[in-house]
Amino acid sequence: MQQFLESFLPAGPVVVFVFSIIPLMIILIYALFAIWLERKVAGHIQDRLGPMQTGGWHGWAQTLADLLKMIQKEDIVPAKADRFLFKMAPFIAFAASYAAFVAIPFSSGYIGSMIDIGVFYIVAITSLLSVSIIMAGWASNNKWSLLGAMRTAAQTVSYEVPTVVTILSVIIVTGTLNLMEVTEMQTGNAFLGFLPSWLIFHSPFMVIAFVLFFIASLAEAHRVPFDLPESESELVGGYQTEYSGMRWGLFMLTEYADMLLLSLVGATLFFGGWNSPFGSFMDGPVWGAFWMLFKGMVLVFVMMWLRWTLPRLRVDQLMNLCWKYLIPLSFVNLVLIALWEMIF
Amino acid sequence: MKTPEELHRILADKFGDEVFELKQDEPVAPWIIVKAEQIREVSKFLRDEPGLRFDALMCLSGVHYHKENALGVTYHLFSTSEKHKLTLKVIMPEEDAHLPTVEQIWKTADWHEREAYDMFGIRFDGHPDHRRILCPDDWEGYPLRKDYQVQEFYRGMKVEY
Amino acid sequence: MTNVKENRPGPEVTLSPPVDAGNGLKTQEMVISMGPQHPSTHGVLRMELTLNGEIVTRAIPHIGYLHRCFEKHSEAMNDYAKVIPYVDRMDYVAAMNNELGYAIAMERLMDIRVNDRVEYIRVIMSELQRIASHLLAVGTFGLDIGAFTPFLYCFIEREKILDIFEKASGARLLYNYIWIGGLMNDVPADFKTDTAAFVKSFRPKIKELNDLLSHNKIFIDRTANVGVLPEKVAINYGVSGPSLRGSGVEWDLRKDDPYSIYDRFEFDVIVGQGEMGTVGDCWDRYIVRVWEMEESLKIIEQALDQMPDEGDVQEAVPKKIRPPAGEIYCRTETPRGELGYYIISDKSTTPFRVKARAPSFVNLSVLPAISIGAMVADMVAIIGSIDIVLGEVDR
Repeated sequence: MQQFLESFLPAGPVVVFVFSIIPLMIILIYALFAIWLERKVAGHIQDRLGPMQTGGWHGWAQTLADLLKMIQKEDIVPAKADRFLFKMAPFIAFAASYAAFVAIPFSSGYIGSMIDIGVFYIVAITSLLSVSIIMAGWASNNKWSLLGAMRTAAQTVSYEVPTVVTILSVIIVTGTLNLMEVTEMQTGNAFLGFLPSWLIFHSPFMVIAFVLFFIASLAEAHRVPFDLPESESELVGGYQTEYSGMRWGLFMLTEYADMLLLSLVGATLFFGGWNSPFGSFMDGPVWGAFWMLFKGMVLVFVMMWLRWTLPRLRVDQLMNLCWKYLIPLSFVNLVLIALWEMIF
Repeated sequence: MKTPEELHRILADKFGDEVFELKQDEPVAPWIIVKAEQIREVSKFLRDEPGLRFDALMCLSGVHYHKENALGVTYHLFSTSEKHKLTLKVIMPEEDAHLPTVEQIWKTADWHEREAYDMFGIRFDGHPDHRRILCPDDWEGYPLRKDYQVQEFYRGMKVEY
Repeated sequence: MTNVKENRPGPEVTLSPPVDAGNGLKTQEMVISMGPQHPSTHGVLRMELTLNGEIVTRAIPHIGYLHRCFEKHSEAMNDYAKVIPYVDRMDYVAAMNNELGYAIAMERLMDIRVNDRVEYIRVIMSELQRIASHLLAVGTFGLDIGAFTPFLYCFIEREKILDIFEKASGARLLYNYIWIGGLMNDVPADFKTDTAAFVKSFRPKIKELNDLLSHNKIFIDRTANVGVLPEKVAINYGVSGPSLRGSGVEWDLRKDDPYSIYDRFEFDVIVGQGEMGTVGDCWDRYIVRVWEMEESLKIIEQALDQMPDEGDVQEAVPKKIRPPAGEIYCRTETPRGELGYYIISDKSTTPFRVKARAPSFVNLSVLPAISIGAMVADMVAIIGSIDIVLGEVDR
């Protein structure tokens, strides 16, 4: 796609700019859609309709209206807050989330940057998110925010371990950290002749790996049942308590971007990324982008579904789950996948 | 199950007649007036004595008898095992209204005594956390007294509307 | 304008001295104010928590933010009947039960007998109100734990009850329906069929609620063994209602100190059995409410069968309410526990003293005793499981 752009634009900063802005467009449009979807999903799970008025058809413009409202709201900085850190935190949060999209292969024709350490880069850059949340919590000078920030720190540090170990078990099979190459390896029907050669069908342990990865990614994205950093019924709003207007909106955007990011990583690692589920049917760069986003959205939908179904864990139970179950399981699974790879 | 008359007799035998006064011609149930300084011992006896076992304080209320210039505290007792009820009353002069707390005997009394203090200005000697409960700590006056006049300003805010 | 006083007297909170954590940093306890604006304090309760990390070492409830001095209002009324709307506003999610308690207290004081039709309508109304109130309690408890969805399922059912009330009294929250000596007006003609239809449709919903919430693994983990309230402590603190029964005490005023016509119905007293953890934990208090709805349905069904079709509901309503000089303490079982009215009459038409012994007020006072060592998230669960209504705590 870069070549395609360069064919009619002068090479240089403009192309790089246009090229890098694409994920931002995807995130923004996705966020508008996802917030609306979240409300609809919540509504229908709760035996009601969700937004129905704004914009006419099933309240499609509700998020836009909210966005307009949010832009107009006063940007309040608490008097005793650390102004610089307080104002910076949402931008760093979003930057961290946005920067990670650069290594996601959206289609066979488009990846932000063809870096060879793609997965590693994503894992590294998303941990910046917890730094920004700690910044927000500390700078707010609010005890609830601080509690939320401390929970975030503990949660992110803990859940990064099972995430990385399950990713590692995929890397054992693929032998590369580049997500584009990981996706290319999953092209075609290999297993049993008709199943697509997605890694989830590679071995039974891969299914376990995916489940572990998905649970850990729920915790990474602070979604129910692991939404402790912002749990509104306990910590008021956690690290977001003091934020208002667009700064709060940026945290919201980051949360949704993070959901998409982790779902896309999951889709790439386990579900063949931009590969069509029907072999060469409906295949190609444009269909690829469709399939990638579709798979991502399915996982995002599952996250929403869980949010409106499950209660929330307590902070010690969260840690128990991570250190006593997920981490040992993911290590055992890693060894089993390695053995499977050696034998077959 | 004992009637108030029987209970009165038991109490009078134990503590002496002068402590108690039985009010009998009441429309619903008779009650017993106890001397203020004795209420703690009486309560402890009523709770612990086998056959009485008043283990629950249903209600503790302050009353302002403005015509007699007196303040009263009413104790409604109940026994979950013996299933009998008893009403005790302490009447004190308005200007020096204080009596021993029963908070250590029934924990229910903790907040109820604070409420009686808040609303009537009755002081409970020995209460561990003796401060207002419903009104702000720096509120003036005791709202449920019959002669209560509301203060004009509270922290710069006009009170009466 | 007087000057604003800067320093407000209040209890001194002494924190433990800073402790050296061993890495050059010092740690100390933190005081945090939970409420009055907090999503899970069910109104405007303020908890002053002393935290060691996330563990509560001390909890002091501060109440009074909703204080309206209901008792002073009553003394300003020149008619006992005018107190009823104020009574509604105490426990505003169970207004019928509050009215019933007040009406019964006044009727006992004045020695009024009401006819059977009135009695049955009162029982049906107050049991419906009990279900509505428990639905709210159970739903918001789920909300506190983080489960949003069951809350709305509970509300759908509660709406149906409010519809029945609206048909009878014209109001959905504060009814002024049960009067001293009778009712405001007779129930509409289709009351029986409406109520029977509700009872039929609601039974399966209890099972649904159990599937959704009660036996959810995360929910059990969050509520079992949390905030254990032992039997002895509960009685000594005067805790009543489902919170007391959750501690395994078989105590229900409808059976143990019968009022109205509750001795004519067959129903069980639900007690907590510690199925998921310890007797008297949050889960027990929760499940007692769930099964009590089932018992209320039983009472409603029996009452519908026995209810006479004839009878003037205002037959015994006195023209002028002038009770004999004297006093009464009368208690009834509301969804939250023992609601007692202490009424003193001086033979005039104005009440001399009306005191309400509010169950939430007493139940809340046990909170500091059972919250030591809990975590912040547990605090939310404990407050939710006690099921307080701040309108009643502060009156």
